Amino acid sequence: MTNGTLRRRAAAAALIVLFFAAWEVACLMFGVSDLILPRPSQVFATLWTRMPVLWPHVVQTLSTTMVGFVLGVLLGVLLGALIGSSRIAYDTAYPLLIGFSSIPKVAVVPIFVLWFGSGTVPAVLTSLAICFFPIVVNIATGLATTEPELEDVLKALGATKFDILWNVGLPRTMPFFFASLKVAISYAFVGTVLSETVASNRGIGNVMITASSNFNTPLVFAGLFILAALGIALYAMFSLIEMRVTGWANRKADLIAT
Amino acid sequence: MSTALARDAAVLDGARVPATGMPNGMLPEQTAVELSDVSVTFGKGVHSVPALQPTKLRVPDGDFIALVGPSGCGKSTILKLVAGLIAPTSGVVLVGGREVSAKALRVGMAFQNPTLLPWLTIEKNVMLPLKIVEPFRAQFRSQRNNSFRDKVHALLAQVGLSGFANHFPWQLSGGMLQRANLCRALIHEPRLLLLDEPFGALDQFTREELWVVLQDLWQVRRPTVLLVTHDLKEAGFLANRICVMSARPGRILADRDVTFKRPRTIANTFEPAFVTLNQELREMIVAARAPAPTGSMGGR
Repeated sequence: MTNGTLRRRAAAAALIVLFFAAWEVACLMFGVSDLILPRPSQVFATLWTRMPVLWPHVVQTLSTTMVGFVLGVLLGVLLGALIGSSRIAYDTAYPLLIGFSSIPKVAVVPIFVLWFGSGTVPAVLTSLAICFFPIVVNIATGLATTEPELEDVLKALGATKFDILWNVGLPRTMPFFFASLKVAISYAFVGTVLSETVASNRGIGNVMITASSNFNTPLVFAGLFILAALGIALYAMFSLIEMRVTGWANRKADLIAT
Repeated sequence: MSTALARDAAVLDGARVPATGMPNGMLPEQTAVELSDVSVTFGKGVHSVPALQPTKLRVPDGDFIALVGPSGCGKSTILKLVAGLIAPTSGVVLVGGREVSAKALRVGMAFQNPTLLPWLTIEKNVMLPLKIVEPFRAQFRSQRNNSFRDKVHALLAQVGLSGFANHFPWQLSGGMLQRANLCRALIHEPRLLLLDEPFGALDQFTREELWVVLQDLWQVRRPTVLLVTHDLKEAGFLANRICVMSARPGRILADRDVTFKRPRTIANTFEPAFVTLNQELREMIVAARAPAPTGSMGGR
């Protein structure tokens, strides 16, 4: 790790600490009631004492998100490959996809509940529905931007469509794909919590809505902190995988050695 | 590989060698490429655009032909026809005595845009055709690249890129990328090499360096080369024959033999005979830029 990245990381950490400190000080200075806005120290205390109770909900939310995410990735890759490899499919399917993606997903939760009852299934479906679209778009774009000259070179060699897809199309799509995974995992999370808030008796979303109706504001914020932490962890995980797999797209100087 | 080496050695002695038994050998015809009354029209009906008027062209095996002409005159169309990437509207394209189909040909191609894959090293990029073209394709897995790597390194050394095998494309200059691109087009020992303005985007000095590189490669390996260019000096330096084409819809206006002794040097390009040839070609192309009289295919 170079000096520069170390300094950047220190700055990022300092900003987070500063943010919480300012929040704490502001609440103390203006005497804000913890019913309105609890101090971070109160939120962390709540997190600590209630963790045994919260933990099953964390697991519920996380597993629901992952299932919805994996299904969304599968669907997204399939649709993206289909749309990206043919101009006609691209032009035909795009308007429908745009229409589907612009529906506010909170509006489809009641429909899923109607079909499958409240609980885990609508949460999985909501997170799937909300996260597959960026993947479709990115895979399709990656495949559609293969240079025509390169395709000519390979076709003149007698390459099959599969040869071209395997050697050129898919590797070229990887940076797009991993970039979309980072977006999609955050979206899947939003979908799960959304559905849990509306129609579930488990999960962090449900904890938050219940706590808020009991005016247990510190617990609401504890839920929020958990969601933020999980979101950052998942994003970091996929960033790391992305750097490993598609470092070539970032033109980092230290690749020379490899 | 031994057959290829034997062939190269024999060619250096000036002997014509039958092509049988070569890895990607075509039939041992004397004629490598033959277009008989080939025309191309893009689109259908009222929107159709004639791209190429009925054209005859015969290219002997191992020859080096340059196609020059005003832009949009159908030079690249001829290359795509020969590569089997597009089908003629009328007429027949024969390559190695057989009607073309890209699958059977496995020609080497290179464009102005080097299109190397950014996620692969130069070595892996140059190796790509070996993963696709038989008989290398079958060996690719079992060999685990060792003999192929030697092959790639030998070729890279020939174009002055030894030491860059493990670099990534973005670490190389435009001229070096184009050298690698030539290697990728030649690694599977094609009998036919199609070049579409390969040096068009390079500066004059780099371009001249690469002319010499290409001439050397051609003299050692002796593939049949079709070179599309709009640089008349390039055509004169490299080719045995220059075909001058008219404005779209293209046809071959003139077919000039270039008889300067090989290996040619950049200094040769300043000699009076070379300059005269250059001027003649230039005048022909300037005249051709005026709209050509529509032929029988024109208004269809």
